[in-house]
Amino acid sequence: MIGPSDRAVWRCGAGSALLALLLVSVLQSIPARLSAQDPVEQGVRLGITYTPGMRPGMLVLGGPQRERLDSVRTIIQRDLEFSDRFEMIYLPGGDSLILGVGPAPDSVVNPGTADVFVNYSLYEALGADYAVSVLEEYDSTLSVNLYDVAGEAVRTSARIDPLGVSSLDFRMAAHRAADAIVRAATGEPGYAASQVLFVSRGRLYSVDSDGANTRLVSPPEADTFSPAWSPDSRSFAHTELSEDGWGTIVVQDRVTGRRRTVTPTTEYLNLSPDFSPDGGTLVFSRGWDEGTQLFSYNLAQDCCLQRLTVGRLSDNLSPAFSPDGRRIAFESNRVGLAQIYIMSADGTDQELFAPYDYGVTGDSHSPAWSPDGLNLAFHRTVAGSPQIFVMGVRGRSVRQLTSAGRNEDPTWAPDGRHLAYKSNRTGAEQIWVIDIETGRVRQLTRLGQTRMPSWSPSITESNQP
Amino acid sequence: MRLTLPLTIGATVVLFAAAACGGGQPEVAPAPDPDSIAREQARRDSIAAAQARADSIRRAQEEADRLARQRTADSLAAVRRENEAVMEMISRRLHFDFDRSVIRPGQDTEVLEQKLAILQANAGLRLEITGHCDERGTDEYNMALGMRRAVSAKQFLVDRGIDEARITVRSRGEEQPLDSGHNEEAWQLNRRDEFRVTAGGGSLKRPGM
Repeated sequence: MIGPSDRAVWRCGAGSALLALLLVSVLQSIPARLSAQDPVEQGVRLGITYTPGMRPGMLVLGGPQRERLDSVRTIIQRDLEFSDRFEMIYLPGGDSLILGVGPAPDSVVNPGTADVFVNYSLYEALGADYAVSVLEEYDSTLSVNLYDVAGEAVRTSARIDPLGVSSLDFRMAAHRAADAIVRAATGEPGYAASQVLFVSRGRLYSVDSDGANTRLVSPPEADTFSPAWSPDSRSFAHTELSEDGWGTIVVQDRVTGRRRTVTPTTEYLNLSPDFSPDGGTLVFSRGWDEGTQLFSYNLAQDCCLQRLTVGRLSDNLSPAFSPDGRRIAFESNRVGLAQIYIMSADGTDQELFAPYDYGVTGDSHSPAWSPDGLNLAFHRTVAGSPQIFVMGVRGRSVRQLTSAGRNEDPTWAPDGRHLAYKSNRTGAEQIWVIDIETGRVRQLTRLGQTRMPSWSPSITESNQP
Repeated sequence: MRLTLPLTIGATVVLFAAAACGGGQPEVAPAPDPDSIAREQARRDSIAAAQARADSIRRAQEEADRLARQRTADSLAAVRRENEAVMEMISRRLHFDFDRSVIRPGQDTEVLEQKLAILQANAGLRLEITGHCDERGTDEYNMALGMRRAVSAKQFLVDRGIDEARITVRSRGEEQPLDSGHNEEAWQLNRRDEFRVTAGGGSLKRPGM
């Protein structure tokens, strides 16, 4: 344990020494580089790619090397990188370690972060518009602080209380802090505090948005299919396939694991569930003698199964509620090839949604509505391979996002800017994430034969039951 | 009285046994009597003859039983063979074009016509049809496509007079490939309907018999 007096000594002694070292080591080289616009060294992106009006430069500061602090720094730095909203500034070698927030030069140190010395001019010289520090406070909580470099002020500070929480909660708390940073710096939501469900070899797994913490969430013997999150991210629905060929929809609590069978789905092949935004209604597809049709069921009152589509021998499936709850997008092959349709939540006013050229455009599947309601993602066959598309709902303009390999089943991150989808671009089927603004992709899963991703809304609640 | 009767019976049994034992005692000096020897021989001969007759009857009976059993077994085997032949016909798979659920005229309709005849000849027969897909296409869409393939075979049979309650439909989508390969040969094999007898499969009659 380091007591307050020890801490003061540390801050006066080691901190000043490190800061001095920093100022010497960094400042002596940076200005020359910036002015001369020399070729950038390996791993250095100092102000070179930063352009005003584009992505703001973001610098995650180092600091005292302690396991917990370092792991939070690592998580947050990666989350900010994955947000694709910043030009991340990485320093070569160990420089970032000594680039920390240090004590004020006059050594007047009070508890809290207000009095620490923040070297705004240095961060500005490095091309940073924002800097983030992770510090340990006197009450053993961690603070994650966002500094506005131009305004020379703390923009926001998030607290993480590491005591009495599981390691899972600890990671999620760090993700929430990263989201708070994104929100404060850009005014836009982050997506770090979220999970993606996916199926691998019949089993249902969850993985954190950064690819860490893969966990089996279905009973080990279950044969699972088509997971979907509830809007409060407290539970998820999915199908369990039985030996006799039927599919039953089960709603499972994310935290307690408690499971509830959706009453009318114990017969026939019930698939592709989706929750209404208020969580009270479940829409799903049912396959039986009359093809595959859409139904809704009132979960809140456990009643009132309602059929939404008709048309013998046409398939209507993969329903997706609009975020306002008034409409449902779905796929239907009523005119031949499957295409994206839309209807009112009660099944009326069914019409074609995503435009296509008859006989030219490939089949289209798996619509997913963005959280802000402005975009609809789906996949469509192009030259024999399915690719991810996004359609602006208002103008109904369609844009293709992927082209390498087969890419299917898009699902939106809570920030409305990223999509997870199944791709075989490296050969094996895995879940990938794409930023629809920049097109940047990363692989999310590593298990074998992964498919059917479903991205949760932001997880604001604790993992503790 | 109740005690007296069993005692009387018991005493009688004991006396009788004693008399029998006495009768079985060897005679002290038996003189050989040719007549008695001959009688004894005749008696033995007749016993042997009776024995032989009985044995022969028994053997005949056993043979008859064996033959009967054999005949039963043979006819059971014949029935079984017949059953297997009909079962083989009824389980014959149906295949489909990519992303299609229509029954192709020709060989595929013949496969279904054969099943139709079997269903007509065996009123107790019930079928489950399960549609399958190749690995291409969305997982969920393939579940729907598999269902459509099963329904389209069922519809063929129902349209020709089979009670729809006798046929259930299922889909396994792309979940149960016959061939796990990733080529057209495997895909073609995997796009199929499977037919399984769920009731009345005990003694199937060949159509037209």
